[in-house]
Amino acid sequence: MTSIILLSIFGILNLFVGFMKSKRVLMPVVLLFLAVALGATLFDWNQPKSYFSNMLSTDNFSVGFTAVMVVSTLLILPFSRRYAINENANLAEYYSLLLFSLVGGIMMVSYENLLILFVGIEIMSISMYILAGSDKRNILSNEASMKYFLMGSFFTGILLFGVALLYGATGAFYLTDIAAAATRMDPATAPLLLMGLLLVLTGITFKIGAAPFHFWTPDVYEGTPTVFTSYMSTVVKTAGIAAFYKLMSAAFGGVYDQWFPTVVAITVLTLLIGNIGAVTQTSMKRMLAYSSISHAGYLMIALTSFNDRSENAILFYSLAYAVATIAAFGVMKYVSDERGSDEYAAFNGLGKTNPLLAFVMTVAMLSLAGIPLTGGFFGKLFLFSAALEQDMVWLIVIAVLMSAVGIYYYFRVIIAMYMKEPAGDRIALDPLATFTLISLVVLTVLMGVAPGLFSNLL
Amino acid sequence: MLTALLILWPALAALLVLLVKGQGAKRIAFGAALAELVLGVWAWINFTPNASTQFLLNEPWIAEAGIMFKVGMDGISLLMVLLTVFLVPLIILSTFKHNYEKPSSFYALILFMQTGLVGVFTALDAFVFYFFWEVALIPIYFIAGMWGGENRVRVTFKFFIYTVFGSLFMLAAFVYLYFQTPGTHSSEEVAFYQLVLDAGTQSWLFWFLFIAFAIKMPVFPFHTWQPDTYSEAPAAGTMLLSGIMLKMGIYGALRWLLPVVPLGVSQWSTVVLVLAIIGIIYGAIIAIRQQDLKRLVAFSSVSHVGLIAAGLFTLNEHGMQGAMVQMLSHGINVVGMFFIIDIIQSRIGTREIAAMGGITQNTPFMSVCFLVLLLGTVALPLTNGFVGEFLLLMGVYQYNNWMGAIAGLTIILGAVYMLRMFQRVMFGEQNEITRGFTDLTFNEKAVLVPLVVMVFWIGLHPNTFLSLSEPSVLKLLDVIKR
Repeated sequence: MTSIILLSIFGILNLFVGFMKSKRVLMPVVLLFLAVALGATLFDWNQPKSYFSNMLSTDNFSVGFTAVMVVSTLLILPFSRRYAINENANLAEYYSLLLFSLVGGIMMVSYENLLILFVGIEIMSISMYILAGSDKRNILSNEASMKYFLMGSFFTGILLFGVALLYGATGAFYLTDIAAAATRMDPATAPLLLMGLLLVLTGITFKIGAAPFHFWTPDVYEGTPTVFTSYMSTVVKTAGIAAFYKLMSAAFGGVYDQWFPTVVAITVLTLLIGNIGAVTQTSMKRMLAYSSISHAGYLMIALTSFNDRSENAILFYSLAYAVATIAAFGVMKYVSDERGSDEYAAFNGLGKTNPLLAFVMTVAMLSLAGIPLTGGFFGKLFLFSAALEQDMVWLIVIAVLMSAVGIYYYFRVIIAMYMKEPAGDRIALDPLATFTLISLVVLTVLMGVAPGLFSNLL
Repeated sequence: MLTALLILWPALAALLVLLVKGQGAKRIAFGAALAELVLGVWAWINFTPNASTQFLLNEPWIAEAGIMFKVGMDGISLLMVLLTVFLVPLIILSTFKHNYEKPSSFYALILFMQTGLVGVFTALDAFVFYFFWEVALIPIYFIAGMWGGENRVRVTFKFFIYTVFGSLFMLAAFVYLYFQTPGTHSSEEVAFYQLVLDAGTQSWLFWFLFIAFAIKMPVFPFHTWQPDTYSEAPAAGTMLLSGIMLKMGIYGALRWLLPVVPLGVSQWSTVVLVLAIIGIIYGAIIAIRQQDLKRLVAFSSVSHVGLIAAGLFTLNEHGMQGAMVQMLSHGINVVGMFFIIDIIQSRIGTREIAAMGGITQNTPFMSVCFLVLLLGTVALPLTNGFVGEFLLLMGVYQYNNWMGAIAGLTIILGAVYMLRMFQRVMFGEQNEITRGFTDLTFNEKAVLVPLVVMVFWIGLHPNTFLSLSEPSVLKLLDVIKR
């Protein structure tokens, strides 16, 4: 709760900082804001509280996911340095929107009431619609913004419709009341309840980019400026999956059997479409878009079981995925800015010209592919464990097969970097980005070597 | 502690080597590998030859899930570790005549791979085993992919996908087994050994685990990545792959397949033996037709490994002890063969058998070494190959007379392709290409002499090594027959 208030105030303050002549002060200020918000978040650790007639609550679940989101944002920002040099960029506005969007994200992981969920999703999304189009002169960015906005508002509508139906069936917006009504399953209102659940499910599935509502992802990711794509595929996804998990476990855990086949079908479809879609891409950015779809699929595997293990698994995976994805987008940003393309070919010979960038990218790809020594491996291991506890062997077989497919497309970048002749000259790096990239690698390897530090937080 | 040191030292040394600029990296890497060899020998001296696990390190890794970082060595592990620490310095030394691009990365990767290999051979927790299993794979992928031949990108990628695909199934099986353990769950080796699963479950678990190991060994029909990868990888990579990494598959089956799902094994062992024996014959016949030296030895390796796999799945003492000693012998012989091929290739620039002839005339020393290693490969008595293959064939014969007879063809066919090759490469008239062939340099002798010594040591006194592994093998057999 403190972090929500702080970040809202910081967002407004930041707009005033934007009046200052030098744009270079903005990033340190925002980083400071985020660090303060992170501290305030962690302060609530082990101190469950509820606010606004219990519409919002902070517990370790919300603190954990908030921390992942704030840390992700902290790690993404250093890559936006280039915007500070560009005079046309409205940097203060961008940063404020990011902070506001983060507020929405925090609401999505700490809601106890469906209205707060809706408001959180809206706050987060509206900021993102604008940021997707922040590269105003670029037609692709305009297209991304338009597509994201149209599709996004349509699906938020569906979500709201679902919430209304749920209210009609149960007379409540609170998760606990809905859970009680759902367990009773009054035959008269059951169709309404299940219809409402299905619509809410559809709305959230869109937000996390799971199939069959994933179509916006590649185009929007491609057009959006890379820094915001990175935010979209990490922070937005983390908020979405945490909200999804909370909804299903807190409100509908009792009627597991009713929605389980639907969720499993979505999971399998998402895994298939994400991974197979990524294989045919030639652009790194579009590949990462499909990869983000597939990771939504892996994360949804945790929805097959609700216990401490699965909560921790989602948290661990979200962090490991976010760190690796930010590293990948970070390197990609430098490569595409310098070499003018985000095709695989632009990465050719990066191992010779920029060993550091290539190494960071390699570690990121290994982590996303789930190879040991990196956090991604234990993320997958924990998620698969959660599902196997429910004897979902065949689901794991599909997930394992799809992981093998994943290795195929993640390694294409590695092959381009190390086994092809250089496609350009050495790329210059600024110290802050270098430091961030190294931190990302260290964090990934730390999660891969000493997973015990992160695996039992909740 | 000693085990942890054996695992960690190469990784630390790899970081050190990364900091070195230029060709000096090879000397530092060689020194580090020698230090590791000293550690290994130190472990051997302090090892008590009984069935217990020694030099144990047991630290919580993911404490709340009961996953321990547990490593230690019994006789079987010790033999494999000794093989690793013995071969790696020789492999590094064998590259001294090449000036690879980016030497620091090249040698750091070799040392890093050693960490993975020693980790695999000493892991006593399923997830630790899997962890090192993949850690060993990443460096060899880059070694083969960055310093290999023309088709390296495609070939190594196929190899990587193939092996990871297999190991993911092994991981799934491990996770499943982990959840079958009682209480708060454990993934330790002993916990897996105590599991009592019904035959149906063991049946599918067998295939999940077997595919991973079969691809690594490789057993027919999972071998298709191997000849290409061997011939495209740089010489050092081929030696690492064939000399040590291949043993990961056999060792994995021995430690994590046979005792874990014994009912599954007894259900499927005939199928495995048939596949292995097909591999023996198939590999040998294809080897006869090869024109490229490296491919010839690669297919001969398919044939020899088939026999080791067959012996392993007979589940009798002869077969398993034979597999143990043959793992050492094969490692030594195949590394020697690939090194000689590398010497020939670096002298005359080709591996085509047809282009060679008369090399013996200038190279008495190399000819002797080559011949000894070759005779070891074809299992002549008094050499290391004989001990292993004899025990293996005895094991297979005990399992089934007919299978033993067919598998025995390997010795005849092996002699055919090996001696024919030697004859065409080393004897006959000198030609334009081979006329200027020079004998071994000091570095080359330093690699080959230890290998030749080992051929005779194992051949004349195999008990030095057999007695190390015997108690552990018997204990393992008890677990399997429980």
